[in-house]
Amino acid sequence: MNTFEYVPAKTVKEACGLLCQYGEEAKILGGGQSLVTLMKQDFVSPAYLIDIKGISDLDYIRYDETDGFRIGALTTHRSLEKSAVVKDKYFMLSEMERTLASVPVRNWGTVGGNLAHADPASDLAPTLMALGAEVTLTGPNGERVVSLDDFFIDYFETALRPDEILAEIHVPNSGQGGGIYSKFAQRATDLAVVSVAVNLILDPDNRDLCKGIRIVMGSVGPTPLRSKRGEDLLKGQTLTDTLIEETARVSAEDAQPTTDINGSEEYKREIVDVLVRRTIKEAKARAAAP
Amino acid sequence: MQTLSLTINGETVESLIDPRTTLQKFLHDTLGLTGTKEGCGSGLCGCCTVMVDGKAVKSCLIFALQVRGKSVQTIEGLAQEDTLDPVQHAFIENGAIQCGYCSAGMIMSSKALLEENPNPSEKEVRHALSGNLCRCTGYHKIVKAVLSVSGQV
Repeated sequence: MNTFEYVPAKTVKEACGLLCQYGEEAKILGGGQSLVTLMKQDFVSPAYLIDIKGISDLDYIRYDETDGFRIGALTTHRSLEKSAVVKDKYFMLSEMERTLASVPVRNWGTVGGNLAHADPASDLAPTLMALGAEVTLTGPNGERVVSLDDFFIDYFETALRPDEILAEIHVPNSGQGGGIYSKFAQRATDLAVVSVAVNLILDPDNRDLCKGIRIVMGSVGPTPLRSKRGEDLLKGQTLTDTLIEETARVSAEDAQPTTDINGSEEYKREIVDVLVRRTIKEAKARAAAP
Repeated sequence: MQTLSLTINGETVESLIDPRTTLQKFLHDTLGLTGTKEGCGSGLCGCCTVMVDGKAVKSCLIFALQVRGKSVQTIEGLAQEDTLDPVQHAFIENGAIQCGYCSAGMIMSSKALLEENPNPSEKEVRHALSGNLCRCTGYHKIVKAVLSVSGQV
């Protein structure tokens, strides 16, 4: 590992100032559960490591009936998993966290760091995308809000500018429905080979009718991918098994998996097909439950 | 070199370290607390598990400077004088130690679980230990050991 200067920041403003000062030579360190691994392998060699984990102002989970959830970027995965209000309002987030790495990693790793790292195999990203989440990016000239749909650009690449910090995640309340995250991995603590997050909203007057749906596929492309054709097939329609199977088929077609140590492209498409089908059916059961 | 001050097993430690030093290297190489071992070095095997402010973490994926001012507990801090911690005792009683390489991490993860949830189910024990690999594959006895101290920690 190349040497670096470790610079702890106490406030967001201070961290932004340091980013402006050091430019692309600097890297933000949150929990470092991804970054430290990359640094050990010399994939990333920052000259300045700006540690923001000590900024307690960015460690919070707030819920408001109208506004939804506001989650500070430095909230740990474990806090999200254990939060009573998260379990109550967005069970899929808590459930997803239980599949993310292991307890010690979740105890130290942060949600903002996970998103900013932009690994397409992230468990958090597709789940939040299914819930229609957006992120607040703070820079020297103020804040801007970006939908997660537009935040991920490519493998490990995001819309963050070099002088910006991901400060907050907002999960709007309108996204609430039957949400579920399914993950296929080789071992319990592995990254996903394929994952699928679905948030389904049923018509309150007709529990078979799909009012709205988001289907997001993880680990099968450069970023988490929405199955837009799949979503269009179901929106406003009665959820029959035939239609769900057709949705799973087009989702598998639109996925962009690559062959790697975990399996061939064809194998992963097959898993997408199976997971999308199962996940929508489970989301339907969950959304229809009283 | 940068200054680090923290508490380890109840004692204040101050040191001048290279910022690249991970918490695991600091404990193992600098302080000679060799219970905290590096296995994979990438957060997968759990051999390096210690507690920071009472929570289990992987010390190979944390720079030592990140825990400045915090309280670290390692396997060396569990026994009270000549009396082993009940979890350590249970591992011995149940034959949950084979080669011993994973044991410190397994015990620290178990200890963190039991402090949070004193009466875990077998499923909860297995979930809490899923980030700790045993290369001898002696999982069954490890789970048995943890369950045997349920309610005693």
